[in-house]
This record gives sequence, C-alpha cells and structure tokens, in this order.
Amino acid sequence: MAQVILKNVTKAFGKTQVIYGMDLVVTDGEFVVIVGPSGCGKSTVLRMIAGLEPVTSGIIEIAGRVVNDVEPKDRNIAMVFQNYALYPHMSVRENMAYGLKIRRMPKPEIEAHVARAAKILELEGLLDRKPRELSGGQRQRVAMGRAIVRDPAAFLFDEPLSNLDAKLRVQMRLEIQKLSRELGTTSLYVTHDQVEAMTLAHRMVVMNAGRVEQIGAPLDVYLRPASAFVAAFIGVPPMNLLKGRVGEGVFSLGNGLAVKLPAAAPRPPAGAEAILGVRPEHMFPTSEAEASLTLGVETIERLGADTLAHGTFDAHSMVVRLAAEARLEPGARLALGLVPDEIHWFDPATQKRLEFPSG
Amino acid sequence: MVEKRPALTFLAYAILTLGVVIVALPVYVTFVASTQTFDQIVSVPMSLVPGTHLIENYKQALTSGSAQASSAPVGRMMLVSLVMALTVAFGKIIISLLSAFAIVYFRFPLRMFFFWMIFVTLMLPVEVRILPTYEVIADLGLINTYAGLIVPLIASATATFLFRQFFMTIPDELAEAARIDGASPMRFFWDVVVPLSRTNMAALFVILFIYGWNQYLWPLLVTTDQSMYTVVIGIRTMIAGGDAATLWNIVMATAMLAMLPPALVVILMQRWFVKGLVETEK
Repeated sequence: MAQVILKNVTKAFGKTQVIYGMDLVVTDGEFVVIVGPSGCGKSTVLRMIAGLEPVTSGIIEIAGRVVNDVEPKDRNIAMVFQNYALYPHMSVRENMAYGLKIRRMPKPEIEAHVARAAKILELEGLLDRKPRELSGGQRQRVAMGRAIVRDPAAFLFDEPLSNLDAKLRVQMRLEIQKLSRELGTTSLYVTHDQVEAMTLAHRMVVMNAGRVEQIGAPLDVYLRPASAFVAAFIGVPPMNLLKGRVGEGVFSLGNGLAVKLPAAAPRPPAGAEAILGVRPEHMFPTSEAEASLTLGVETIERLGADTLAHGTFDAHSMVVRLAAEARLEPGARLALGLVPDEIHWFDPATQKRLEFPSG
Repeated sequence: MVEKRPALTFLAYAILTLGVVIVALPVYVTFVASTQTFDQIVSVPMSLVPGTHLIENYKQALTSGSAQASSAPVGRMMLVSLVMALTVAFGKIIISLLSAFAIVYFRFPLRMFFFWMIFVTLMLPVEVRILPTYEVIADLGLINTYAGLIVPLIASATATFLFRQFFMTIPDELAEAARIDGASPMRFFWDVVVPLSRTNMAALFVILFIYGWNQYLWPLLVTTDQSMYTVVIGIRTMIAGGDAATLWNIVMATAMLAMLPPALVVILMQRWFVKGLVETEK
C-alpha cells in the first residue's frame, strides 16, 4: 500500500504563488509523470512530496499517512536528482550503502541489498569505483541504485535524464521503463521532455504556471487534450492552433481568410468564437477544390520516417506531417484537407476543450 | 605561446637568477655563520665558506641558549612555538569549518549579520586590537600561558570566508540527498563536507601554521617568562644590547632552526597545498 495523495496542495514563496491547489492520487505501483515547461512548478511539487520544501497549505499523504510535518528521511521515499548528487568521495558501493548505514542496518544485510541493486542495474563491476570514474549513464544508474537499495514506498525522479546526451537518454528511458515494471514501486517522475512523459507514464500530469492542466493516460492526453496549452505542449511538432470565428461551413480567421470545414467535422454553432486545433499528421494533401486550406511551404524537414513541411497559412505558421517520399520544395503551395474526426475545438476565453457532436 | 628569441630567454633567466640570489644569499650567509666560531664571525671580512662548528653551535643553541644574553634554551622555545603554531592552525581550521558550515547550511536569525561581522574582522589585523586584547588576557590571568598565546589568535575570518566560498560550490542536491538518506546535519558535515574539504584544509594548514609560527608582536606582549618564549622572540632576546657581546653564531643557528619547521611543513605538504589552491574534488 504505497499510495501518494495530494489534497489541495498549494505552495507560495513569500508572496509568489507557485502551486495553486493541486489534487492528485497516485495509486500503488503506478508510474506518474509530471510534465510541463520550465518554471511551471513541477519540481516544487516533487520536492514537497520529498519533504525538501514545506507545504504552504493542503495535505500530502504517503502510504496512508499524512507527511506534511514528517522529515524527508522518515517519509520512506527515495529521490533521484538531475545532477545525480552522488557523494564524490565515496565509492559506488558506499554511495548506495550510505542510507542503509545511517539506518543502522546490519552489515551483511547492507551487502545483500547493495548486491541486489547492483545486479538489477548491472553495476556489479563498478562497485569500487568513484563517481568521477563513471560515465554519465553509469552515474545515473548509481543514483537509481541508491534509491532502489532503500526499498522505499515511492521513487521520486527529478528530471533524471536531462544531463545525458540524446542517445543515452533514449537508452536510459527504456531502462527506467523496464526497471519500474520489474520493481512495481509507485513512482513520480518530473520532466520537461514530453517524449519521456509519453513513453514512461501510466498516467501523466500536464502542468502549466502552477496549475494542473490535465491528468490522464498519455494517449488520452494526446488524443483529447483538455486545453489549448496541452494541445500545443504534447506532441512533436505541436498541434496547429488557429483562432477565429465559426461561419457557415467555414472557420474564418479575419481578413477574409477562412478554413473550409469538412462536412463531417463536429463544430461549434455558427457565430461562436473558437480556437481550432489540428495535429500535423491529421492534415493531408488534396486537390485545390477539396482543400480546407492552402499552405505556403517555407521549410522542409526530412526525418526519414516522414517529412515535416513548415509553412504559413497567410500569417499563421503551421506544420504538416507528410509521407517520407513526399515530393515538395520550399516555396510550393500545398493544398491540405483536414481529417474530420481529428479537429479539436477550444474556448478562446478559458482555453478549455469544447466538445460537439459530429456534423 | 611559442617564441624563439634567445636574447629574451637569456634576459628572463638572468632576472630569475638574480631574484634567486637576492632571496637565497642571506639564507646562505645565515647558514655559514651558524657553522663558524664566534671569533671567525667577528673577523672582517666574514668567510663565506662553511666553518667546522656546525654541531657544537646547534647543540649549544638547543640546550643552553646564548649564555651571555641569559636566554632559555632554544629547544624549549621550539617546543613552545610548535605547540602554539599547531594549536592555532588546527583550532582555526576546526572553528572556521564549523562556523562556515553554520553560515552556509543553516537559516538562523541574523545569519547575514553574523557573516558580515566575521567578514569585517578580516580587515582588522591582530595589531589593531592588541591593547584591548592584552587587557582581557591580563585580567583573565592568562599571561605566560599557552592559552594566552593561542586563544586570541584562534578565530580566523579568512579561513571562515574561504570555507564558506568552498561550501557554496557544493551542490545543494548533495545536502538534500543526504537528508533523504537520513543523515543529520552533523552527520552530513562529517561524512560529506569534511572529506570534500580535505584539500582546502591542507592548504589552509600550511598557511596557518606559518602564520602561527611567525607571530612576533603578540607573544612578545603576552610572555614575560623565558620559559614561554617562542623561538621568534628568542632570536630577538639573544641579540644583546649595550656592552654585552652577541653570540652571532648561536643566533644564526637559532635562526636556521626557526626556519626549519615552516620549511618542512611547506615541503611535506606541497602536493596537497597546490591541489587545495587550484582544484576541488566535486
């Protein structure tokens, strides 16, 4: 039973409000990723759960116990830091054993715990090295080993992969995924990298400016973003967002510019102000006559698996994902159709998602 | 910079050699003088070839001092100096480590005020506050004691400041990781901060030992009994004024002896000293 529960948790540094009433239930064994742009307060949430920052108001429960006034060491959690925070003068073995030594665990037991963690993380050959003799990926593994040996109720990861190079990051991402499946320990993982969030999370929490924008399974969040912010933040390249007014069969952006709406597309009533969102992969080249909009292509990114065409629709920059073999040059005009069921609507005032029955 | 200008190289070496001669010659003359008999020294010009009385002179200095000026044996002075320099160096390091740790890692009322108070004393050398300090030490009855010699010198703003700067370069996450691991603040201090500060401590030890050993004015004031003279004071008192003849050979032997411990400390700790000044293990 290692649930982590946040009830209306807020945090203010002096007069600056950083977290506005956050509610979250992380169930036993769940892997929850908190994702958001830098400065959105995601690390602060993690640090409050760890006990490194006091909570301004609200309640944090770990394993059924309110821990607001409990010291970090007594919360039965383990934390992995972005810069690893390994003790530089201690060997890998000592680093992992330090927490257990302080807890006065008998020596043979410490040895067993360290050996088990080293085996899981394939660190057996490195136990007598100092952190400075390790590569970034190995250091990160030691930092995780230090967390594992304690057998905590919950793991807290604070951007653990941000200091690694791109290739290693992908590899460590897979390892963390495997590890969390094997250990089945409740985990909270903070990152600004939405790919990490999408791939690791059972559920993800998207935060912006101290507020939770959406909580849900990664694919649900991707397919049905709860706000324009989430729509733009999750997905590479981000969702195209256009602000305008709904007309008869069209969505007008002002200046006489309009997007022709597919007949089957759900839409707000005519005359309503709205934000239209469509993902780059939900637009397709079509004939001029059937096109919803025409893109003036400016740059082409060939990624191998597919091709991204960046361009402008009048003054609005947009991006579309095309097939790898798409024949296209910068300067071309690209007539695009929209997939009717993949058009998202957002309220321009609240930025919240709007739902409408199909056309 | 790769430059091949022989004339310039020659000039550079000439200046360096001149510098070495200027610095080293007095030391050499001191050494030569300490190996000669009294008569050899007072003859003009003094010979620059080492004499034959090395062992006798040093033995006399160490055991009986220069009899004419009625000083204590240098052996005793060396011991006093050693106790003083070691205690001052270790004491300064311990006190500065602890106070820097408090200032960097704890939030307490008037923290910055205390930091600036320490910082301000950096600018006040012992000599400036010497009279009030003397008054206090005299009232406490500490004249002619080790405590009187050592206590007024044992706090060091410089060392506190240096350790503070070093501690601030230790990542905060290290302290946080230790907190989550369950280490109390003092446990963190012993297990993490002190081991990381080793090279800095070694460098400071060299500087502070020499500082303590070379103290002149304060020991001069606070000791009146010959048995509590430090060797630096001892040299001064051996130089007799007035009609009495000064045994220069013994004085020079004492000077050589007084130079020895600081030189040894520097040589033995050189590797650590340089390491502590240029690199930090983080």
